[in-house]
Amino acid sequence: MNGILHNSLFFGVALSIGTFILGTMIKRKCNIFLFNPLLVSITITIATLSLLHIEYSTYNESAKYLTYLLTPATVALAIPLYEQLMLLKKNVTAILIGIASGVLCSGVSIFIMALMFGLDHTQYVTLLPKSITTAIGIGLSAELDGYVAITVSAIIFTGLIGNIAGDLICRMLHINNPIAKGIAIGTATHVMGTSKAMEVGEVEGAMSSLSVAVAGCMTVGAAILFQWWI
Amino acid sequence: MKYIIQFGIILFISFIGELLNRAIPLPIPASIYGMLILFTALCTGMLKLSHVKESGKFLISIMPLMFIAPAVGLIDSWGIMQEFIVAIIVISVISTVAVIAATGHITQLIIRFKEKEGKR
Repeated sequence: MNGILHNSLFFGVALSIGTFILGTMIKRKCNIFLFNPLLVSITITIATLSLLHIEYSTYNESAKYLTYLLTPATVALAIPLYEQLMLLKKNVTAILIGIASGVLCSGVSIFIMALMFGLDHTQYVTLLPKSITTAIGIGLSAELDGYVAITVSAIIFTGLIGNIAGDLICRMLHINNPIAKGIAIGTATHVMGTSKAMEVGEVEGAMSSLSVAVAGCMTVGAAILFQWWI
Repeated sequence: MKYIIQFGIILFISFIGELLNRAIPLPIPASIYGMLILFTALCTGMLKLSHVKESGKFLISIMPLMFIAPAVGLIDSWGIMQEFIVAIIVISVISTVAVIAATGHITQLIIRFKEKEGKR
């Protein structure tokens, strides 16, 4: 039994999609924000792997084909962005200043809390790229000599917060304007938040896609300055 | 056939993005270059929306599936993470809320300010 699972090219993909569908069904039954399909899927997948003693690398040998599509999917985010071109042009100042303040806020808040927790230089720079998309974050973390694997974890954890609660946080903070909502979710929680913003609305999704790209590039510039603070 | 062409175009742009990522020594991934290329191509009319729309929207709609495997990968970096796990969680949560608050409110404020000016 385990032999088949260890060599299967479809087990990881099937497990991932199956648990995600299960998560969607649970979400439909009881609409509590913690029953986020992505979170349910991740939790059950981790539980299954540890119960059956399957290594992550074995699972990923199959599941990586899902991740493979992330680059073309991110490229495709240009489509909703183009569809909202008029809105983008009309609000370009607000959008750019908004994203820039988010990038600064991210750096400053991480710096202050790193001081409070007494983190060393390596731990501090590891967390600096946490709000940006994984692919830029990996490169940046390596550039700053951080722990790349932990940067990835922090990025995914941040993305999960955005995917689970991004919309809820916006509503609690009275951020109601769809453009502002999209920009806030995208700047803070990258592509994972964006995939949620897409479900909230077309404008939110498009603005969120835009801010993933812009915030990612701005963070690369900002982090080069921020890295010397600790 | 339509879907094959659409998917082909998106993958070809991803490939160009990959080439740029290799050629330019900045930590900017292929996907961001690709997004900029597709956006520019649409804006300049080199590509029409109908050349990419349905396949692109399909990819976007299944996007959450693509995060499952990397997130499950958290179990592999558990060892080093334990050292400062509390810091990681607290910093992630607080700074995420702070960034949403700052970005959202500043964007919203400027939009409203401009709208008022426009009405005058």
